[in-house]
Amino acid sequence: MDFLNAIVALANFVIVPAVAYGSQLALGALGVTLIYGILRFSNFAHGDTMAFGTMVTILVTWWMQSVGIGFGVLPTALLALPFGIAVTALLLLGTDRVVYRFYRRQKAAPVILVIVSMGVMFIMNGLVRFIIGPNDQRFADGARFIISARDFKEMTGLQEGLAIRTSQGITVVTAVVVVALLFWFLNHTRTGKSMRAFSDNEDLALLSGINPERVVAVTWIIVAALATIAGVLYGLDKSFKPFTYFQLLLPIFASAIVGGLGNPLGAIAGGFVIAFSEVTVTYAFKKVLVYLLPESLEPEGLVQLMSTDYKFAVSFAILIIVLLFKPTGLFKGKSV
Amino acid sequence: MSEMMKNTLLFAAVAGLIVLTGFVQSWNSALLILNMGLISAIMALGVNLQWGFAGLFNVGVMGFVALGGLATVLVAMPPTQEAWAAGGLRVIVALIAGAATIAGAVLTYKRMPKGRSRTVALLAILVGGFFLYRWLFDPAVEAIEGVNPAATGYLGGLNLPVLVAWPVGGLLAAGAAWLIGKTALGLRSDYLAIATLGIAEIIIAVMKNEDWLARGVKNVIGIPRPVPYEIDLQQDPGFVESASGLGLDPVIASTLYVKLLYAGLFAVVLVVLLVMAQLALKSPWGRMMRAIRDNEVAAEAMGKDVTKRHLQIFILGSAICGIAGAMMTTLDGQLTPGTYQPLRFTFLIWVMVIVGGSGNNFGAVLGGFLIWFLWVQVEPVGIWLMQVITSGMAEDSALRAHLLDSTAHMRLLTMGVILLLVLRFSPRGLIPER
Repeated sequence: MDFLNAIVALANFVIVPAVAYGSQLALGALGVTLIYGILRFSNFAHGDTMAFGTMVTILVTWWMQSVGIGFGVLPTALLALPFGIAVTALLLLGTDRVVYRFYRRQKAAPVILVIVSMGVMFIMNGLVRFIIGPNDQRFADGARFIISARDFKEMTGLQEGLAIRTSQGITVVTAVVVVALLFWFLNHTRTGKSMRAFSDNEDLALLSGINPERVVAVTWIIVAALATIAGVLYGLDKSFKPFTYFQLLLPIFASAIVGGLGNPLGAIAGGFVIAFSEVTVTYAFKKVLVYLLPESLEPEGLVQLMSTDYKFAVSFAILIIVLLFKPTGLFKGKSV
Repeated sequence: MSEMMKNTLLFAAVAGLIVLTGFVQSWNSALLILNMGLISAIMALGVNLQWGFAGLFNVGVMGFVALGGLATVLVAMPPTQEAWAAGGLRVIVALIAGAATIAGAVLTYKRMPKGRSRTVALLAILVGGFFLYRWLFDPAVEAIEGVNPAATGYLGGLNLPVLVAWPVGGLLAAGAAWLIGKTALGLRSDYLAIATLGIAEIIIAVMKNEDWLARGVKNVIGIPRPVPYEIDLQQDPGFVESASGLGLDPVIASTLYVKLLYAGLFAVVLVVLLVMAQLALKSPWGRMMRAIRDNEVAAEAMGKDVTKRHLQIFILGSAICGIAGAMMTTLDGQLTPGTYQPLRFTFLIWVMVIVGGSGNNFGAVLGGFLIWFLWVQVEPVGIWLMQVITSGMAEDSALRAHLLDSTAHMRLLTMGVILLLVLRFSPRGLIPER
């Protein structure tokens, strides 16, 4: 019984949150990695793209709530999501047209594009703060839990409860669907194949008649979808605050690099590696150990390796370790 | 128009803007812009050294600036005797143990042959070292933070003159830069960017949470000043007399005088650093750096140790940012880790360098002054603009209230637009590299 309790406690406080967080990071990292693969630069504006998409979704959600459109037990934000994606896609296509295309034609060095993306980041950050303000916004509605801790205890008779929030369930399901769709698109459609060809060898792809502008446009649309979905899921799970989204840039980049930049499969693996290490290292294991160890050995402290304030340090440390020992990432990424 | 003329005019124009602020708003705000402009110019010099000379992409400026700020507390504040007695030594022993663990792990990794025994030894050192460190560290921290937490609760500093903190701030930043450069330089350029972004966040996290070090988010206030206090000046009959001789109110005169003294100190540092950077740029070393930047492969083929030179200039540039950070905390008179924001302390400095002209020291300095001026003045101009735009709307319109509330965020938007416009239409900046 004690053993089961320990497992449930672990699942409740480590595994479930880490899986949800990992899915959100994976979606974010997929966006970063796609831009890196096709457009060949690290997009510093990605966190703020996520914030922008989420903001549009929140605004549409509020409107829907005000006219009484709901989605039953599911959050209304899921209904608003397509609008968020559409507006973000328009914004990204517009940005590409006004800003990035010029440098692409010039064949500017990647680092110049990174600096340009810094400017875009400023503008998007300013836009989001300008429209919705810098404060916390909550927009989750519908049922809060799939299983609440109390129901679980009554069901199983265990001391520990396992709570699964609706947002966590939705996150995982959505992420699986999105990733499946993305991989099907990349592997089985003409456009997807041309994108992979373009990513592998630009010159060869151009020679075989692939239209680069089309590939780039499709990439931006996919990135808009991925970023908006990742942002909305993160916002539903935690809360929406523009600055937090900017800070997500670090774990997202860490995920993408750990997995191997430019490699979609790696981005997903990287997301989960980062999420699991962040949550495990900053979790106080006392509760789990109390069940597992005999009373005489019971730990006095919280058995927390690091305080939660240092979660950035965790993703960073993993990033450094991977870079030192495997510079192209766990899965083979590009190294330019 | 010769280049010299053009540059002088540009500097004169920025000076004119600041003087105009003095006439239109107040001389106090003009001097405030000047002081922060001087500090910004120094930060921009540091970033320009890394980016303009060597092409290194450092987005961790905030971290190095914050380390400089930390140095002022560690150097200038009086030590907290009880806290030292409670656990000062133990914390230091713990930190040494932590460092020794890492050094031991690195040595083991390098010295032992590859294989299972090495992995086991490594794990044993790291896990054992970690528990030893926590066993030493945690009680000591608790004891220190328990000493009068409302006022101190930290170890305090060395009680040295605050000016000493400026070079110390540079040294602290240089140390951090050495660590990060050792690991991330030599890898791809965007990896350095991500690594510096990360180290900056970590430095801020440490400063926010390690209360025993510098009180964390409880802030250290009342850092000693290198210049007299306004209140003392106002009570000094000699000063009051000379102020009224100039026809000035003693209160205003004292604030202006203090700010002018700061401006003088900062200007000395800026000039010294600028001369050094200029000499470096023109020396064989500077030419080598630019050669490496322009073609790493060719430079390497000529026998230049690219990674080592990069490490060198990365440390130098970061040290300059640290000095500027220490100066800024001295000017504020307080260390507030909660106020360090990457958009303000990292990316804004980048805008300064790019707009001023990367690769040109004078450009960086000009960019520092100009962008800081805009950063400060965009807000009042934005409020005025919004009032004009919304003047046609009804007084109680929600949109109007929202627009007026949001003007504070116009700054970021404006900076982004300026950066993109300069990059597009004048990518070499206002004063291009020669």
